[in-house]
Amino acid sequence: MHHLLTLIVLLPLAGFLLNGLAGPRLGKRFVTAVGCGLPILAFLATVQCVLTLNAAGDPLVERVYTWARIGESTFDVAFYFDRLTAVMTLIVTGVGSLIHVYSVGYMKEDKGYARYFAYLNLFLFFMLLLVLGRSLLVLFVGWEGVGLASYLLIGFWFEDAEKARAGKKAFIVNRIGDAGFLVGMFVLYSTLGTLDMDRINAAFMASPMPAVSASLVGILLFIGATGKSAQIPLYVWLPDAMAGPTPVSALIHAATMVTAGVYMIARLSGIYVHAPEASQVIAVVGVLTAFFAATIAIAQTDIKRVLAYSTISQLGFMFVALGVGAYGVAIFHLYTHAFFKACLFLGSGSVIHALSGEQDIRKMGGLAKKIPVTFVTFAVATAAIAGLPPLAGYFSKDEILWFAFASERGGSPLLWGLAAGTALLTAFYMFRLLWLTFFGRSRMTPEVEHHIHESPFSMTSVLVVLAVFSAIGGFFSIPHFLEPLLPMPEAKQELHHLETPLVVVSVVLALLGLAAAAFFFGRDAERANRLRPRFAGLQKLLYDKYYIDELYDRLITRPLYWISDRVFLRIGDRALLDGTLNGLAGLAQRTAGALGRVQTGNLHLYALFVLLGSLACLLLVWRHV
Amino acid sequence: MADKVPLLLSLAVAIFALGLLGVVVRRNVLVMLMCMELMLNGVNLSLVTFAHQTGTAVGAVLVFLIFVVAAAEIAIAIPIVLLLVRSKRTLDLDAYTDLKG
Amino acid sequence: MSEPALLNVVLYLPVAGILLLLAVPREQESLMRWLSFAVMVVQLVFTVMLYSRFDSADPGLQFETRLPWIPDWGVYYHIGLDGMNVLLVMLTAFLGPLVVAGSFSAITKDVKLFYAMVFLIQFAMLGTFVAQDLFVFYLFWETMLIPMFLIIGIWGGERRIYATLKFVLYTAFGSILMLAAVIYLVYSLYTSTGVTSFAFTDLYKTELPLRVQTVLLAAFALSFAIKVPMVPLHTWLPDAHVEAPTAGSVILAGVLLKMGTYGFMKLGFPLFPDATQFFAPTIMTLAVVSIVYGACLALVQTDIKKIIAYSSISHLGYVMLGLISLDLLGIQGAVIQMVSHGLTAAGLFLMVGMIYERCHTRELAAYGGLAKLLPVYSVFFMILTLASVGLPTTSGFTGEFLVLLGAFRSAWAQYQQGIGYPLAVSVTAVTGVVLGALYMLWFAQRFLFGTDKAPHQPLKDLDFRERAILATIVAAVFALGLFPDSALQKTELAAKQYQQLVATERAKMGRSVQRVATESTTRSAP
Repeated sequence: MHHLLTLIVLLPLAGFLLNGLAGPRLGKRFVTAVGCGLPILAFLATVQCVLTLNAAGDPLVERVYTWARIGESTFDVAFYFDRLTAVMTLIVTGVGSLIHVYSVGYMKEDKGYARYFAYLNLFLFFMLLLVLGRSLLVLFVGWEGVGLASYLLIGFWFEDAEKARAGKKAFIVNRIGDAGFLVGMFVLYSTLGTLDMDRINAAFMASPMPAVSASLVGILLFIGATGKSAQIPLYVWLPDAMAGPTPVSALIHAATMVTAGVYMIARLSGIYVHAPEASQVIAVVGVLTAFFAATIAIAQTDIKRVLAYSTISQLGFMFVALGVGAYGVAIFHLYTHAFFKACLFLGSGSVIHALSGEQDIRKMGGLAKKIPVTFVTFAVATAAIAGLPPLAGYFSKDEILWFAFASERGGSPLLWGLAAGTALLTAFYMFRLLWLTFFGRSRMTPEVEHHIHESPFSMTSVLVVLAVFSAIGGFFSIPHFLEPLLPMPEAKQELHHLETPLVVVSVVLALLGLAAAAFFFGRDAERANRLRPRFAGLQKLLYDKYYIDELYDRLITRPLYWISDRVFLRIGDRALLDGTLNGLAGLAQRTAGALGRVQTGNLHLYALFVLLGSLACLLLVWRHV
Repeated sequence: MADKVPLLLSLAVAIFALGLLGVVVRRNVLVMLMCMELMLNGVNLSLVTFAHQTGTAVGAVLVFLIFVVAAAEIAIAIPIVLLLVRSKRTLDLDAYTDLKG
Repeated sequence: MSEPALLNVVLYLPVAGILLLLAVPREQESLMRWLSFAVMVVQLVFTVMLYSRFDSADPGLQFETRLPWIPDWGVYYHIGLDGMNVLLVMLTAFLGPLVVAGSFSAITKDVKLFYAMVFLIQFAMLGTFVAQDLFVFYLFWETMLIPMFLIIGIWGGERRIYATLKFVLYTAFGSILMLAAVIYLVYSLYTSTGVTSFAFTDLYKTELPLRVQTVLLAAFALSFAIKVPMVPLHTWLPDAHVEAPTAGSVILAGVLLKMGTYGFMKLGFPLFPDATQFFAPTIMTLAVVSIVYGACLALVQTDIKKIIAYSSISHLGYVMLGLISLDLLGIQGAVIQMVSHGLTAAGLFLMVGMIYERCHTRELAAYGGLAKLLPVYSVFFMILTLASVGLPTTSGFTGEFLVLLGAFRSAWAQYQQGIGYPLAVSVTAVTGVVLGALYMLWFAQRFLFGTDKAPHQPLKDLDFRERAILATIVAAVFALGLFPDSALQKTELAAKQYQQLVATERAKMGRSVQRVATESTTRSAP
């Protein structure tokens, strides 16, 4: 009982080691048993921990060992379990286990089966380190570790250079964020002398406050969050990450890893409560990202890419909530998003599986009757993300919109306006996706159509479970559960009366989005196709993601290579440094050659020199005697 | 005999100088060796003179030393010259420039 | 075995190895190889004994031997272990068997001479680390040149003569200046205290004016900076690495480069604290330049050994940053980074050697998709690459994190007092983690992933010997990454001593008025 938290973390690690080292030799059954069984055990252990949390929500703390002691600094590896951790850990192990089970069916034919489950368990290990860690150091270990797992899993089919490159891009863009994160950690350590998050929060909540700008720290840590949670400007890796297997996209790039940034900021709410400037930045970046990504999503044609941009957009919502001080609400949305986004991704996986690998929605259609379970679960999840009551997404999104409007800590109509606009677009592009994929006449090739089949039970069962949670999950009020830990911000008094009207507005927006999608994309997208030529330029801009990737390439990547090659290598190292060296060596050689001409080999000359030399010496002695 | 000392010393210097000149000027290797011997003998003469002048035996002992060293030196030098001549086929010193550079 | 004797045994075992080798007949190459391996393993066993008996709580020298050698000059044969060199001695002994085992199939001519040179260089390196007398130190320092010259020059690649001459002349040039400085230093000690001594502890007590310290520090620093290598004195390293045989590269990257940083830590900075503090911004700048410049250059190389060579320059920039930060976290981080780099660079060079033995090319463009052709190889390669990049749970992270944290903490404190430059430099250093990931992952990408291509297929994956070598290194990497505390405890007291020697109060006072550029005055002898 005392080491339950450590057990939770170590179970997936054991899975990684077993499957990684012995998996290929011990066969699929072993891999499946270990690969799925251990996460499920971890989930059960988590439930046990939640039950042992007392009513006051006092945290469970487990110190595992001391990593380093230097002078007066001690770095411990310790785990910390309070209500926030409970929510996160349940999501990670719960949804994680479900996705592991789904993968059994999805990856059945893949020859890297054991390697896949090993990596997936490795990911789970690092993610649990991240959410259970007491100090920022342990969190950072988990933070980087999930980046590694992501790298390995995105590039899982590494024989395809493109896919491998997507993995590399993810790791490097994440690292850029991590640089900011590290500096933030360093500032915290230099001023507070500790990296334990509970102590950091306490220090900022105490008075007098520490002599460091909370906003500075807040922004530095947020830079790390933009990398991991795909916000502007470091979101560019997420769409490319869709190169990995679909369950990976569901687990890592929807439900868990990308939410790490949200978790980190919520965990350090003590800092952000006192950092209005940083919170403002977070809210603005969040809403801009949300809107920006939503506009791109409406023009994408790959089923996974739509969902990827949707994830970026929904994460933006979470950051809006964080930015206006509604930390519990952000976690609430994280929780509901985990269900419906995982359901959507896994549903898309089911579609891709049914269509023997097709991912382009222009080549789908009419699947509703052919793969009914997939269709129904996908539809439920779509309705949830659009915010239709009483599904889960409605509750969480609504709270966010309310606080975006009315929070004392930064709510404004402008913020609400952009967020509401994004909600409208969300409903629109999600239902567009639903229509194009499942309704209308089939646009598939006969070959593909012939092989359509519903996915196996291991996959559909998971879809059903997730759809159910997408439907009813909203009834468990996470913000209320987290209230003692993360108090809700006050809403501006004069705006209280607008609460109900705003709810009505958001429902109306969701229905409007649904209607618009049905209007344009119903009946085989007849009207959309008619209108497309008129908006060709805009459509291309959105489809090509505003050319941001190309911009980065031109502004950063290519100049970096150019400077490294032209300036540093050719001018610096070769011409300047080596040139100087070789020049000096050449000078020495030439001088030696010139001086060597004295050696004529003529003994008479030598004898003459000896004679002259001795005469000179004699004269010198004579003079000084 | 004391008044003969300057004369003997001048003679010694003259022999030494002739020998030195010969080493520097002459091109024939064997003649160079002979001139080197001349130099040594010049020194010998001066040593004997000084020995006689001071009445000690130190100078004479040194002369014996020089005899021995000169003999050893010639014993080695002549064969070296012979080998050199055998490879270069000339006694001209200017032909021996292998140590050039 | 008595304590001082144990250290001497460890030190002279390679010499015994040379003598044993001489007795082996020329044709029995297999015997030579296994004999060398056995001797190295025995040395490792004894070193482990030394390491485990090392007392972390004792601030003085342990396993000390002090015998008069040239008493009139104050030269004593004085060797001992303290926190500063114990880890490096362990690293050297650890890499010894790996170097020998790694060259079993690579060296086929003049085998006896080769292993004799390996032993000689092992002797020289260990001697440099354990020497406590400046004369002995210098002697061992110079001894290291000749075997390295021969190793690169005889068993190296095409441009080996150029590379080895460059290495030797460059290093020797620095050493000559250092010799002059050594002599002057001892002379100053004599004139100020009347004592002639080459012992470190005596020399630490010299108090010289800032101007003199600057010149002497420059002379010492030149020699050490060439060795580290610090930009702009680094251009010998890529050539030396590329042309050296695998064992040569492993020795070079694994241990030899640490001799430079060890020289700074043991001699350069503590002997001249005022000059060190005065020039700290310059040294810090050069360290960060090494980090960034090395990483950028690694990005545009086409020869796989050069990539790792430039990455070494980048990694050792972190060590210098940690040392000059004068913050205990930074110093300890620097020590760990030294060991970590020794392990990862050695591992990567061994892996390059393994692939070279199979495919006979070092051009990156010739390779691709090795993850499919050589899966076991790729796993080890990936682990070592990530350790090099500083992934948490590996030793690279421990080193880099502590160095950056220490440098930042020290810079932050200075920022509070109004000096902003170190802070800017520290933040720039953090970008090193991004650049590091960039070039290493780019390398891994071209090398391991994508369509498979490699000359001389079909390729055989790693055999038992190769796997054993790499597994040992990987185990050490993870041990230092997950449980660095045991190593850190051993070095802590020495790190504190270093900090006290360099960050003296007098020096700090001098630094606070450095903007007015005054000098501290000479103190008269007591």
